[in-house]
Amino acid sequence: MATILIYSEKEALLRELMTAAAVISAPLGMDVRAVTIDNPEVLADTAAVAAVLEAAAADIVLLASNRRGRELAGRLAQNMGAGCLTDVNALSVEGQEIACTRNALGGATVASQSVTTAKQVIAISPRSYAPAEGGSIETLAGGSPAVTLLGVQAKGGDSVDIEAAKILVAVGQGLEDQGDLPAVEAIARALGGEIACSKPVATDRKWLDEERIIGLSGKKCKPELAILMGISGQVQFTVGIRDAKTIVSINSDENAFMNQMSDYYLVADIKDVLGDLQKALG
Amino acid sequence: MNIAVAMKQIPDLQQVRIRNRQPVFDDVPWTLGNIDKNALEAGVQLKEAAGGNVIALSVGNEELEDTIKEALAAGADEALLIADDELSGIDSAQAAQLLAAAVGKLEDIGLLLFGEGSGDNYSGQVASRVAAILGWPQLSYAKAITLDGDKITVVKALEDCEETVTAALPAVVTVVSEINEARIPAVSAILKAGKKPKEVLMLDDMDVELSAAAIKTISNLAPETQRKSVAVKSVDELVAALKAENLIGR
Repeated sequence: MATILIYSEKEALLRELMTAAAVISAPLGMDVRAVTIDNPEVLADTAAVAAVLEAAAADIVLLASNRRGRELAGRLAQNMGAGCLTDVNALSVEGQEIACTRNALGGATVASQSVTTAKQVIAISPRSYAPAEGGSIETLAGGSPAVTLLGVQAKGGDSVDIEAAKILVAVGQGLEDQGDLPAVEAIARALGGEIACSKPVATDRKWLDEERIIGLSGKKCKPELAILMGISGQVQFTVGIRDAKTIVSINSDENAFMNQMSDYYLVADIKDVLGDLQKALG
Repeated sequence: MNIAVAMKQIPDLQQVRIRNRQPVFDDVPWTLGNIDKNALEAGVQLKEAAGGNVIALSVGNEELEDTIKEALAAGADEALLIADDELSGIDSAQAAQLLAAAVGKLEDIGLLLFGEGSGDNYSGQVASRVAAILGWPQLSYAKAITLDGDKITVVKALEDCEETVTAALPAVVTVVSEINEARIPAVSAILKAGKKPKEVLMLDDMDVELSAAAIKTISNLAPETQRKSVAVKSVDELVAALKAENLIGR
């Protein structure tokens, strides 16, 4: 029987892949084999990891589309002579084809694509599927790496996980005064949520840690409630928040595109709103 | 040692409009991906310290000859282009074949740089595929790069940690946007860009048999937005609405 190989170096992501694999294994009549590699020296060399997985001789490989997984996907696909899709957020089987849903054009569109080669490598975005419980995981050994790991540093500063937050309060470039950030943080705290931001607030202004970026090259979040302040609504941002259950936009610009993309919007000066919100929630 | 920087020509996404959920590309100008510009900047900074040439490398349609001027203005010394209208819409595997073949036409390439993902498709496959074809080590998501003789050391930014990794050159490295701020070329640099050496090849000039397209696009549509878009007049009204939906104050 043909095999679906699923791999991630992270058990939590591998368990999500188990759920994803179940979507396609039954209709395609395939076996599923879950493997991991836990040796950090081997993990440092993507080519070494790819060689181990290639040797497993699977027909379809599902990877996690975290950074290591995305890096691995292309190398493994090239070795296997496979077509490859990354950042896939849903799978379905149509006839004998696996239809993969992913963002395209910088998030402006959602594409449904399939790999047409006999062998396929598909990398699935974290949190697209719920983790499976149980199931066996084999740990594979790796060969000798050509990239040497010299050291590992814990990420400085923030280790917040905004993808896990039920409520997010996100600020964009429309928040003009860095002195207003503590008030935004207080509001996020009062709501039991986290503060997040658009990319320029972290990378250009450096007001918040990059861990808190929502968007195409940041985090894709699905909170129950997202309160967005001073965010114009460029697609590079909205792709990271459009799956939120409820979106509130607060913006001084009544024509901000974000207002159309919201459930509720308030056109107001953000400085004024911050005080009122703190009072209302305090 | 020379440094090649692979850059992708993409439609300027800020100018792509959506009509009936379909993307409309009429009159949308071409540009280079943003993270690709960080890769170029990293290459130019390494060259400024260690010498050699920086070669911008790209595969695309015939507009590429014009688009690449942006890279030549921003510090690339020369360009090698495979510019052929037959190459519109090639997939990652095909682009990788051509880029790997192009590297083979260049002298003394010790380092091949990429952005960690293209500006339009952001699939992040091409660098890894090229590394596989060339048989070079790859060091990805670099937020810092150091060259030391025939070795390269990179600080690799992962989601939960940073790794310092090292390998022998030649190597393929992808960069994250945090690695630097790409320079904005001065007018004088833009004027000089047109005079920098540029080799333009067609598909037939490459000794490459392109693999069959490996990806089929079934549909590509803007997502439907089903939001209420209710205007509220005040914070009190907003808070009341959110409480009524049981979203806050539980």
